[in-house]
This record gives sequence, structure tokens and C-alpha cells, in this order.
Amino acid sequence: MGIFYHIGQYFLLMSRVFKKPEKNSIYFRQLILEIEKLGINSIGIVAIISVFMGGIITLQLTYNMVNPLMPTYIIGLGNRDTLILEFSSTVLSLMLAGKVGSNIASELGSMRITEQIDSMEIMGVNSASYLILPKIIAVVFISPFLFIISVFCGLVGGLITGPLSGAVTIATYITGITTLFVPFYVSFSIIKTFVFGFLIASVPAYMGYYVQGGALEVGRASTKAVVNTSILILFFDLVLTQLLFK
Amino acid sequence: MIEIKNISKSFEGREVLKDISAIFEKGKTNLIIGQSGSGKTVLLKSIVGLFDVEEGEILFDGRNNQNMDFQEQKLLRQEIGMVFQNGALFDSLTVEENVRYPMDMFTEMTLKEKNQRVNFCLERVNINDSNYLFPSEISGGMRKRVAIARAIALNPKYLFCDEPNSGLDPVTSILIDALIKEITAEFDITTIINTHDMNSVMEIGDTILFISEGQKCWEGNSSQIFSTRNKKLNAFVFASPFSKKFREIKQMEDDE
Repeated sequence: MGIFYHIGQYFLLMSRVFKKPEKNSIYFRQLILEIEKLGINSIGIVAIISVFMGGIITLQLTYNMVNPLMPTYIIGLGNRDTLILEFSSTVLSLMLAGKVGSNIASELGSMRITEQIDSMEIMGVNSASYLILPKIIAVVFISPFLFIISVFCGLVGGLITGPLSGAVTIATYITGITTLFVPFYVSFSIIKTFVFGFLIASVPAYMGYYVQGGALEVGRASTKAVVNTSILILFFDLVLTQLLFK
Repeated sequence: MIEIKNISKSFEGREVLKDISAIFEKGKTNLIIGQSGSGKTVLLKSIVGLFDVEEGEILFDGRNNQNMDFQEQKLLRQEIGMVFQNGALFDSLTVEENVRYPMDMFTEMTLKEKNQRVNFCLERVNINDSNYLFPSEISGGMRKRVAIARAIALNPKYLFCDEPNSGLDPVTSILIDALIKEITAEFDITTIINTHDMNSVMEIGDTILFISEGQKCWEGNSSQIFSTRNKKLNAFVFASPFSKKFREIKQMEDDE
């Protein structure tokens, strides 16, 4: 029964989140702050992880797939498609669920236990909308950009690692990443990043918003937020892959 | 004036407030006192609307907040100022931004007008040159005063204070009490204070409501509190050796 209670509560919260804002200018200012805090500040970690993963995928493809019967440009091709289809959308979202999700859950949880949310409610502010809506819009808006940055950095990682390891030349690698390109893969992944972005912001927001207790409960909510968001991301990855590739 | 009629509230089957009725008068500091866990905070939060009550009525100058729709409740809340136990200032905003926040949200004032009002409110609570500090950079007493400044920013009709003296030294507590009393009289607002601080009871208790185990046990004012024969109230008020001694001296004076 607990799961149905949480699903119901989550949708009730979302119905409050998407109510008309009290003042658009204030919400817009919040949105800019959230884009910077949750999105721009994640670019560094996204770039670093993507460069390394691009390099690692290239090496794995080299050691596991290349044989005299296969063209070597398959390393670049494989790296590109892995990045576009799963790594830069799904795996990156799992990582963001950890970084951004725990941030959102702990921020809202702390505000709840220190009565800052109650204080907003007393003033007549729709605290759910004021605190959560800008976060959801910010993460949904920034996710496709992070996806594009991640793909680019991953390809650069492969471009550095491939030739350095002697597995593939720069020219062959570039041939690989430009061969048999399917534009739908990009559209598919961008659709996924929108859905995942919504989950990354809304699920931890729900967990944090309804925290009861003290610092210990805020920590627990933050952990739960990351775990639940990760599971939901993988579940929706499965659903979207089935729906969009059918 | 705020009137509560036969308020009852329970959590998971446990009755926390039992049939409480009271009148909190305008221009006076109305105190709710009682032991920790007696239901003071639940009563205060029920009055302001943070908790829904199961039975009873809460009337703000005759307006029943339970009959109001979402929009009407929002408008009513803009007439309410509240000072929470720990101030509940927004950590990410400076002192100035905290006090300006209700004006940013609900008024069409220009920035200059808002800043003038912010400075007026901060001066009113004796805070100067701290506009750009964050809540983490100021003392507990200052935080309470900033919270009061924020609570009066929109000229509220009703002011609620949840244990405004908790965690403060006696001198600062007296200052906060005096400030709340002055503001109540100056702006003619209905103030309800939740406290178990006996100094506050004696200094600013225009009307006092004593609750114990979720029930109303006694009602009166600060001069009546020492002559009452209510056992529960006496056990609460004269709990410390100091206050017992005080009562003995007072009784001796009265006998003479």
C-alpha cells in the first residue's frame, strides 16, 4: 500500500507544482539561478566523466571486437553509438540523479525541517511551485545540452585514447564516427533526456519536500531519492526504448 | 481578534488538542503557555492553517478560515506574520532579501519603495548595517529580530510567535519580548505567542491561555496567574525553587 500512497502524494505534489506562479518575474529569476546551480555547475563533471568513458569504450571495443574480418573504423562507430544511445543519455542521467538529485532532496529537506517551507506557506506562497517548478524546468531544459556536451566529450576521449593506444588511426576513427550515422538515435536520446530530466528533479523534490524529523531523515531522504530516481530512470529507459524503437 | 471554538486535532488516532476554545484580542499580546508536548505548537499551527483541525472553528475577525477557498486562504495568509522558533529565515537570502521577500512576492512596489520598507522594518527591530549578511552570519537573537522584521513587512493584522525566546539569553529574551509588545501596540495587531518562558508570562502576558495534555486548563492574565488555585498551572508556573521562593515571598507580602 505504501507505494500507492507515495504515487498519490507525488501526483498531488505535482498538481501544486504546476499551478500558476504568484509572480512570473520572481520565478524566472529562480529559474536562472537553478539553471546555473543544477545545470551549468554540472558541465565540468559531465565533461570529465564523458572523456574518460569515451576513452574506455574505445579501448574495450579495441580489445574485444576487433579482428581481421572487421574494419577498424567500427571502433569509432561503436563508440559513437554507445555514447548516443545509452551512455550520454541514460548513464549520464544516473550520474546526475546522484549529483543533482541528492542536492535537491537535501536542500528541500533542510528547508522543511528548519520550517522555511512552513514560513513560505504562512506568507501565502505556494511553496511547492516556488521551490520545485524552477528546478524541474531547469533540469529538463539543461539535460539535452549536457547530453550533447557528453557525446562530444566522449568522442574526443575516444579520439585521444584510440590513436594513443595504437588501436586506430585518427583518420580511421573519424571515418568510424561519421559512418552509418542514424539521426533518429539523437532524437531518441534527446526525448529520453527530457523524461529523465523530469525524474531527476521531481522525484528527489518529492522526497525532500515531505521529510519529517531531523538531519538524519534528510540524509535518508537524499539516499532514497537517488536510489528511486535511478530505478525509475532505468525503468523508463526500458519503456522508451521499447516504444520508440518498435 | 481571533476566536477559536471547540478545536480538536489528532495525529494517527492520538488526540493532541481536545475541545479548546479561546478569544485572542486585538492590540494585546495573547500567550499560550504549557509544558513541552502539551500541544501549544500544534494549536498555534492549527490556528495559522498549517494543520487542518478535525473539529471546531477558527475565526479571523469573524472570517472562518475553514470555509475559505484556496485563493481566499492565500489572501488571509498575507495578513499573517509568523516568527518561528528558529527564525526560519531563508538560508540562501541575505537579511535584506529575507525581509523584502514577502514584498517581492505580493506587492507591486518599486525596488526603492521596497528597500525603504526593509530599512524601516530592520530599524524597528534595532538592526543596522547587517543588510547584506546571510542568516548563518548573524547571532540567534539577531535572527529572531530579522524574523520579526520579515513578519511585519506587509503590515500584518495577525502576528504569531512560536517560542520567540527559545535558545536566547535572558537579556536578549527581554528585548525580544519588549519588541513584540511594542509592535503589537504600535500596529494594533492581534498577537499570539507560544511560550513556556515565565519571564515572558510575567512581562507581556496581557491574556494567558494555559493548556495541559491538549486541554484548556486555565485562562487569565499575568497578575491573576500568581493567585490561582489551579493545581496544574501552579505545578507549571512554580516548578523551579526560585519561583517557589518567589511565591512564598509574594504570599507573605499579601498576608501583611
